[in-house]
Amino acid sequence: MLGAGMDTTTFTKKTLGLETVEPALTPPTGNAPAFTKKPKLGSGKSRTKKREMPEGLWTKCPTCETMLFDKELDENLKVCMKCNHHFPIGSRERIHSLVETCTFEEMDAAMSSVDVLHFKGASTYASKLEAYRKNTPLKDAVVTGLCRIGDQRVALGVMDFNFLGGSMGSVVGEKLTRLIERGTEKGLPVIIISASGGARMYEGMFSLMQMAKTSAALAYHAQRGLPYLSILTHPTTAGVMASYATLGDLILAEPGAMIGFAGPRVIKDTTQAELPPGFQTAEFLLDHGLIDAIVSRQAMKAQLIAYLEFFTAGKKAAAAQ
Amino acid sequence: MKHQLDFEKPVVELQNKLNDLRQHPEKHSLGISFEEEIRMIEEKLEETRRQIFQNLTAWQRVQLARHPKRPYTLDYIRHAFTDFHELHGDRLFAEDRAMVGGFARLGGHRVVVIGTQKGRDTKENILRNFGSAHPEGYRKALRLMRLADKFDLPIVTLIDTAGAYPGVAAEERHIAEAIAVNLREMTLLKVPIIAAVIGEGGSGGALGIGVADRVLILENAYYSVISPEGCAAILWKDRANAAKAAAALKITALDLLKFKLVDEVVPEPLGGAHTDPAAAAANLKQHLLQNLEQVLAQSVAERLQTRYAKFRAHGHFVEQTESTANGVVPQAAT
Ligand SMILES: [Zn+2]
Repeated sequence: MLGAGMDTTTFTKKTLGLETVEPALTPPTGNAPAFTKKPKLGSGKSRTKKREMPEGLWTKCPTCETMLFDKELDENLKVCMKCNHHFPIGSRERIHSLVETCTFEEMDAAMSSVDVLHFKGASTYASKLEAYRKNTPLKDAVVTGLCRIGDQRVALGVMDFNFLGGSMGSVVGEKLTRLIERGTEKGLPVIIISASGGARMYEGMFSLMQMAKTSAALAYHAQRGLPYLSILTHPTTAGVMASYATLGDLILAEPGAMIGFAGPRVIKDTTQAELPPGFQTAEFLLDHGLIDAIVSRQAMKAQLIAYLEFFTAGKKAAAAQ
Repeated sequence: MKHQLDFEKPVVELQNKLNDLRQHPEKHSLGISFEEEIRMIEEKLEETRRQIFQNLTAWQRVQLARHPKRPYTLDYIRHAFTDFHELHGDRLFAEDRAMVGGFARLGGHRVVVIGTQKGRDTKENILRNFGSAHPEGYRKALRLMRLADKFDLPIVTLIDTAGAYPGVAAEERHIAEAIAVNLREMTLLKVPIIAAVIGEGGSGGALGIGVADRVLILENAYYSVISPEGCAAILWKDRANAAKAAAALKITALDLLKFKLVDEVVPEPLGGAHTDPAAAAANLKQHLLQNLEQVLAQSVAERLQTRYAKFRAHGHFVEQTESTANGVVPQAAT
């Protein structure tokens, strides 16, 4: 049953230690999972790209090269105070930044992936899953639940790039489909925040079919006249782009996010052509007509509330007539 | 006969020998009659075929699916359908010749048939963009499917593409969005949709016309989330490991049927569809018709519900609650 096993999760704001995620447009390869390059939480050892200082830890902004005090960076939702560069942010922190305190009821928190194909690569899928579960606070690449944003009840799904590059396998597809179905049943708006390298190849065709599954659920959600907002964050690509990420009534993006279908290297190799400046960024796609608005992380919550009010106000006014 | 794959070579050699002997009967060996010799070679040919083609590896099937002589969408439209009237354009930007479509008859049924189309030679491949559609192809397909829905014509899609085109223009005109919209809209079309993967089922580019009441696949076709070469490049940092990747990804017709990711496998003539395109088309026609008639027998409500449930069911995962996390075997769900 869809409704079974809903857990209430409370949040404490904390850093996940994941600020050095490499942008990737293909599913992460995996010989060396991204997190192994990163220090363990709480380990006092020196960090890459960081200078140890007596007062605390600092991060260098890749855009403006300013040294940013970690605590301030966290308080600023991992956005550079100087140049507005958006650092990657974990799903839990993002949820905390958007929803009203203690209103997030997580769905399907215990769902996790299985190695259905017994995939044999350079290393096995099973061992990879194991490693990510151990080294991140996550069970898979999406967190879903019902919550309140402003006065609005919302079905919210937030992808997390830190788990296997945010790749979409059966768990991501199933959790999002249940979320959308719940939204349809309860007449709630759906918001999905994407960050993904695409379909998870370790689950083969099961991954591809999650594109059809989530899109089909959105078809019925849309048929009920309910709003769906898709938010694209760095990076959102491939199979996720070719399904729910581009089906929003509104498609929003964070500044500077890499967004596209095919990876730039694949495009270059296939076409032997130079890529235009700013290709596959949020700004490029705004100029080319895909994205409704680019919204910075700090402004996102207020914007979502405003958009949702327009959607519901129109319906209410029409119903009152 | 050129174009043979390595593993086809013994068959092609025997075939050439047979053809040669038929054209030059005077060359036949001494000691046995001409007819006797022909019969011996024919038997040898059958036996060799059986040995080679009954146990193909995943990679060998990928090679057959890409065989330059393999029948393409328009070949099947010519052989399995009649009265084809091609329709062009997406009404938005362009005519994409990597995606063909139009009215046709399948047996006694008037249908709309749509498919990705590869080129047979360099010139045609430029026209067809090697069977990789731009956004316009997917939008044209949707336009024709909506037309079919409006006039109660069943839809047949034939899938044969390495993938949607990875190019600058395709990105600028939002190929991902074009595919996504098809996935959503095909869910709600009232008319029957039968899809058949006839060659390459290349990821999102294939699925973009692949949401259907029945998904069929030819015996030597493949359907995959990523190309074996692409997977090999990521996992082994070397495209030369494509054969390993093809096996790991479980992309053959029989694997997909085992996982219930397709509904039916359409048999091909021994040696592959290209060895007897007419027979391959006859098989496909029979399977398309049978499935179409079954889906036509459903009410619209039943059809849409079944279509949703089919795609809804794809996926494997476990659900552990905290109390079962220690010791209790988690329940597998499908
Ligand atoms: Zn900065």
